[in-house]
Amino acid sequence: MNAPPTERLLALFRTMMRIRAFEDAAEAASQGGVQAFGQSASAQPARVRGPLHLSTGQEAVAAAVCMHLRRDDLLTSTHRGHGHTLAKGADLTAMMCELYGRATGTNKGKGGSMHIADFGVGMLGANGVVAAGIPIAAGAAHALKIQGSNAIMACFFGDGAVNRGPFLEGLNWARVYQLPVLFVCEDNRISATTPTGPMTAGAGTAERARSLDIAAETVDGNDVVSVDAAAGRLVEQVRAGGGPRLLHAITYRLKGHVSIDPGAYRDPAEVARALESEPLRLARERLLADGVDGAVIEGIEREARAEVAAAQAVAEASPWPTEDEAFRDVTTVAEGVWQ
Amino acid sequence: MSAPQTLSYAQAAALALSEAMTADARIVALGEDLGRGGVFGQYRGLQQAFGIERVIDTPISEAGIMGAAVGMALAGLKPVVEMRVIDFALCAIDEIVNQAAKNRFMFGGQGRVPLVARMPIGIWGASAAQHSQSLEAWFAHMPGLLVVTPSTPQDNYSLLKAALASGDPVVYLEHKELWGETGPVDTAIGVELGRAAVRREGSSLTIVSWSRGVSASLQAAELLAAEGIAAEVIDLRSLWPWDREAVMASAARTGRLLVVHEAVRVAGFGAEIAATVAEELRVPVGRVGAPRVPVGYAQPLEQVSRLQPVAIAQAARRLCG
Repeated sequence: MNAPPTERLLALFRTMMRIRAFEDAAEAASQGGVQAFGQSASAQPARVRGPLHLSTGQEAVAAAVCMHLRRDDLLTSTHRGHGHTLAKGADLTAMMCELYGRATGTNKGKGGSMHIADFGVGMLGANGVVAAGIPIAAGAAHALKIQGSNAIMACFFGDGAVNRGPFLEGLNWARVYQLPVLFVCEDNRISATTPTGPMTAGAGTAERARSLDIAAETVDGNDVVSVDAAAGRLVEQVRAGGGPRLLHAITYRLKGHVSIDPGAYRDPAEVARALESEPLRLARERLLADGVDGAVIEGIEREARAEVAAAQAVAEASPWPTEDEAFRDVTTVAEGVWQ
Repeated sequence: MSAPQTLSYAQAAALALSEAMTADARIVALGEDLGRGGVFGQYRGLQQAFGIERVIDTPISEAGIMGAAVGMALAGLKPVVEMRVIDFALCAIDEIVNQAAKNRFMFGGQGRVPLVARMPIGIWGASAAQHSQSLEAWFAHMPGLLVVTPSTPQDNYSLLKAALASGDPVVYLEHKELWGETGPVDTAIGVELGRAAVRREGSSLTIVSWSRGVSASLQAAELLAAEGIAAEVIDLRSLWPWDREAVMASAARTGRLLVVHEAVRVAGFGAEIAATVAEELRVPVGRVGAPRVPVGYAQPLEQVSRLQPVAIAQAARRLCG
């Protein structure tokens, strides 16, 4: 396989860096709010409240898969979905405002981290329920087929999802109706705080897909170049009308289940090893080997962190939703007929 | 002007769906056995008329069906989802409660889920504990859902059309024992969701019911009339929204309220109506519903869970006494 041109790798690195910077800042802003995971509640409430699931260490999958998507392609994501959403092109500032619960957020402050959606870029929603996005993705792909669109659907889920029924029902559905959907299993190897391997019978995700006659590839999800190449092949097949495909990307969750979980249940040696092969580090090394000036790489990082800091400043200054918003967008039947 | 035609409850629904699908290319139907007309014939002829792409036979995957319908809706279609019986819809409870009902709100108004989930309810021909339930209260409890309970062929025509036009997820509850009931259907009649119908006028007490409970209540009203008790019978037609104005006006006039439903009485939707009326009007209220037992198979056991006009009349007498 030919290495991608340096420009492409730089673009992938930039996306990964924006995700990393966004989540690092959100993580810091989420500390101190509640008593959980051994942390005591502080008098100073967290600025980002509630469960915040970080994809730190998994950025290569989001960046490389979404690099192959058009703006009119659709996406469903998970509770750990900031990366997918940013990579699909959602507005970073509006996402930060959503995490802060402000009226200026992507969801007007009504969803928070677990429910971020940006329909303007085809992002049909993160999901607080494991595997729940899979049948939704199959249905959205079904709609694309009925509508005669040549857009496709990308459906992200984690390794824990393959042990829930909707995984089987959604994949079967997509194959039965030959739908344009790329399933992406972002395998971070842990289900909340329990390793997924011992909880999963048989040969795993890709084999489960193949048993349904869905072609699947397994890649090193920390190597953005490998993910880029595999996603490229699979997206092309899906877009050509070949029916669903599955990408199994093996990565590692560097943080705990939620932002205030230090992940103390894990072997420190395992985490140390994982840091050696985390995707930003690998991409940085590759860029340097390609002859990219270290200052250029640092510039990308500085830029990303500055963009996030500016977004936080906007979020801090943004208004809260007013109480009447609690009564909006529930149902409108009393307000007349919707077309 | 259209002349009323005589149709069954099932035929009326098929006609409504057929007309709606002709008028709006975004409407699709999906579920098990739809190509054969549906379990109860409520989709008869539709796949032949609209093709397998719009009247979709599905695997037995309730979660998949409902989840796919949510995805279809978010992507711009208006799916009609067949769950076969409400008992099976429990396999899709995450998809209807956590997804369909929540998306519009939690996405801040981006995307809507205009789907109609048909979940036939009620006791029907010795179908026993897993095919006989009336679970309307579960869904009426859920913000983000509308709940509709037609009791006549005309309403099954008009309310299905209203449900399809609402733009929000509708739990549409047809009663299995009503499929064969026939009556006049005028396609010019529109019914708004949330508007009750007075099925019998009276001044002694107000009986509020819905679905199959309406005919049982009307039979009870006949028994009561012979004793000089004039029961007003209101068919709620939809439980969310429910027609508070109509119920309050009637109960204020008669001074007594009895709510009748086939569902288990404990924590049934009758409790909501009775409590609301008692809070606002301070009038005596009563409820008739099934005992809190699973529906039994053998006829004497099934009978225990069925609405009995005699028992309704008895409860009405107690209120009037």
